[in-house]
Amino acid sequence: MKKLLELTVNRVQRQIAVEPTETLLDVLREDLGLTGTKHGCGEGDCGACTVLLDGQPVNSCLVLALQANGREVTTIEGVAADHDRLHPVQQSFVDLGAIQCGFCTPGMVISAVSLLQSNPKPTEEEVRQALSGNLCRCTGYQKIVEAVLDAAEKMGTGKTGNTADKRRA
Amino acid sequence: MENRFRVLSTRPPRLDAAAKVTGQAVYTDDIKLPGMLYGALVQSPVGHARINKIDVTKAGALPGVEAVVTADDAPDVWFGVSPARYDEKMFVRDKVLYFGDEIAAVAAVDRETALKAAELVEIDYEELPVILDARKALEQGAVQIHEKYPGNVSAEVSQEFGDVEAAKAAAQVVKNGVMENEMTEGAFLEPQAVVANYDLHGNLTLYSSTQSVHYVQRIVAMVLGLSIGKVRVVKPYVGGGFGPKAGTSTLELAACFLSMKTGKPVKMTFSREQVFLHSRGRHKFVHQMEIGTDKEGRLLYLDHHALLDGGAYSSFGIATVYYAGSLLGGPYKLPNMRYHGIRAVTNKPASGAQRGHGGVVARALFERLMDELAEELDMDPMELRLKNMMEAGDVTCNDFNMSSLGMKECIEAVRDGSNWKEKRGNLSKGKGIGMSCGFFVSGAGYPIYRSDTFHSTAQIKLQEDGGTVLLETASAEIGQGSDTALAMIAAEALGIPLDAVRVLSGDTDYGVDLGAYSSRQTLMSGHAVKEAAESVRAQVLDVVGNILGIPADDLTIEDGLILHREGRDLDIAGLRTKYTKEHRGWSDNPKDGPLTFREASRLAFLEKGTIVGTGKYKPPPLGGKYKGATVGTSPAYGCSAQVVEVSVDMETGRVSVDRMTDAHDCGRAINKTSVEGQMQGSLSMGLGEALLEAVKFDEKGRVLNANLADYKIPTSMDMPCVNTVVVETNEPNGPFGAKEVGEGAIMPTIPAILNALYDAIGVRFEKVPVTAEEVLRAIKGEKTLVPKLVE
Repeated sequence: MKKLLELTVNRVQRQIAVEPTETLLDVLREDLGLTGTKHGCGEGDCGACTVLLDGQPVNSCLVLALQANGREVTTIEGVAADHDRLHPVQQSFVDLGAIQCGFCTPGMVISAVSLLQSNPKPTEEEVRQALSGNLCRCTGYQKIVEAVLDAAEKMGTGKTGNTADKRRA
Repeated sequence: MENRFRVLSTRPPRLDAAAKVTGQAVYTDDIKLPGMLYGALVQSPVGHARINKIDVTKAGALPGVEAVVTADDAPDVWFGVSPARYDEKMFVRDKVLYFGDEIAAVAAVDRETALKAAELVEIDYEELPVILDARKALEQGAVQIHEKYPGNVSAEVSQEFGDVEAAKAAAQVVKNGVMENEMTEGAFLEPQAVVANYDLHGNLTLYSSTQSVHYVQRIVAMVLGLSIGKVRVVKPYVGGGFGPKAGTSTLELAACFLSMKTGKPVKMTFSREQVFLHSRGRHKFVHQMEIGTDKEGRLLYLDHHALLDGGAYSSFGIATVYYAGSLLGGPYKLPNMRYHGIRAVTNKPASGAQRGHGGVVARALFERLMDELAEELDMDPMELRLKNMMEAGDVTCNDFNMSSLGMKECIEAVRDGSNWKEKRGNLSKGKGIGMSCGFFVSGAGYPIYRSDTFHSTAQIKLQEDGGTVLLETASAEIGQGSDTALAMIAAEALGIPLDAVRVLSGDTDYGVDLGAYSSRQTLMSGHAVKEAAESVRAQVLDVVGNILGIPADDLTIEDGLILHREGRDLDIAGLRTKYTKEHRGWSDNPKDGPLTFREASRLAFLEKGTIVGTGKYKPPPLGGKYKGATVGTSPAYGCSAQVVEVSVDMETGRVSVDRMTDAHDCGRAINKTSVEGQMQGSLSMGLGEALLEAVKFDEKGRVLNANLADYKIPTSMDMPCVNTVVVETNEPNGPFGAKEVGEGAIMPTIPAILNALYDAIGVRFEKVPVTAEEVLRAIKGEKTLVPKLVE
């Protein structure tokens, strides 16, 4: 028996009839067509489905859609303030080559944005800790960590000098 | 040799970066077509059994179900990877060979209904003995698993180069050893997904998360009895492949078949558990080797045995068992080499190709033995390696031509980059430093099916206005950055900016490309793209030269401008006026300066119609006339050296990798950021295999850890900071001197970690992954000993 779910997604109020067993991930991908949030495991292990729920990062595959009732969800599609510009974290991911296959990228970006909201000046270790629930098989994480530190710096609040090698040709 | 690049060796962002970072990139599971059905597979819940009866009545009666298909409905056609080992069918009929073997498929209006229907398919099994160990599979009297493989031997290789017995008689120092790994998983983040759409004109379009649209197209056409020209395979964005997505699967075939049956599009997506059941990742290998040197440490021979646990089907395994031997032919001067390899059939998911195909565990043992040799000879391990190192132009005993080889530069780079000399021998107990080398092919020299086909074709179409070119290639961007690299090659060869190139890729409608495996695309697809670009360039310059009345050879294109080679002024006023007249109302018509590529594109179109340049590539004749020479011969070889530093917690046995220094010779680096990304990703996968990763089975053959919590791949906490050094050489057989980086960098990782562990705690491990438990046992003197293959 479907129930009415009311929630705010990327600053827009939505109403959707959902089955009680549906996950927030299902609703985002299947009902709202927000396919930027990825389904990597369905068990909360990989972090590809990470979204912000009331500002906190969650694995949307582990959240029942109805648990999000009356709450605010931010997905990768809504993480930038303006639709014609990238969030500084997204921009650093692009500029520093933190993206390969891209399947972990939306979840990584969400986790990084969340980190920088609560800790604008993270150390490399803190970045690695904050991203440890987001698996990536392509990059070895190095350029992702560099990108998050770079974004922190660019956002005007981070410190410079990560240990990583950022030589330019 | 080109010595001045405009686009190459720079670091532009990937072409797909913006799409991927905003969530707009479309992967297969993101696709929804009107009226689309959802499919589900019925898979074996037992490891080995005869099927007495399949009853689909209940499943078919479930409301919302549109088709249920079994082997009775499907074409009875063998398929696989290599035609010599076609040993799979869309569905098994009489017997399941592993837990997960595909028996039937259903299509229904939604996923839930499809899954429910799959559960309603009733199957009566008569269970058979389950064999999960390659040694047991080869024992006399073992039950035969696959009807095609008596004795459970899927493939056997015997090779000898030089005279190993004579070399043994002359050797002064000899080292023996064994090494065993566990079966590992690709563990790409995107589970395999497909959408098949068969239309009423008899055209089949398959969207698939594949590494090779070409191979899938051929197998789909062959199995379903369709003309190849009616089958279009499209690869949307792919969330990583690493090898296991290179073959054609029942998922793909069943979706196509269901779409043909129902006349509707059908989507199927693996759950994470199904990804593990399908597997096709790294084999479990056992290697046994003996190497011998003269008294100065010059390698004289390698005597090598290997046993591969192949699982139920061959997949890429015939190539794997050859690679496991042949990839030890270099990078050291090794005059004599003997190899005996067997790939056994067991009741497990099939293993196939995974990054560093076939060579990773063999390399681990060989480089561990090199370390042992260095110790016995009282030499620095780097010195021993340098002493034996091949040089550019050398040919291995198994006929691999090292047409470029920056190995010495790589070793020096990691030596200096890691402070090797200061650290080695001076670290405290529990800390260690180790090194290793490795190399890999830049593309398989031969297609997986015997053929004279071009390995890559490409066409570049000049858009008749605007100076943009469309690059069409069937190559597969799977995250490694091939779209960007190929666009850069096109831009460089044409003389235009990168953003003037648009790439259309991963679609069989764009031609033939064997796809993303064996680290082949930069070199092979790159050659085809370069040739296509050069053709377009010549055609454009020809038109401009004709109009200006000067030889086209005197003209060049640089940064999107048509220039005289010797810097003379060109009288382009008439051309510019002509262009401007055609573009009344445009506000951005070129006004000053040299003729632009945009203007030249228009002039060329007005003169000749659509300008298209085509390119193609297949490797030149390669060395090796012996059986198996097709596996390992390549137009070029990438190589690398690594230094790893570890800390061992003596209380818990936990190993942390503190620092990795990696140098890789990729020939000319097309995109340095992408090159580093491939290196860092390779190291991460190697670290996982060395310390964490193992697919585990219960006694019935069910995967116990078919999820990403219990099957542990490295997290951001496990990976250290990597010092990444790109070593550039000029590969004569590569486009602009480029060669591979996608797989070679994983080769030294496991042995470098093992050698560092020896430095830390004085233990030579024979088994990977080296878990904390294993380290603790080793510290107590109870390390796992791997039995030899032969005495």
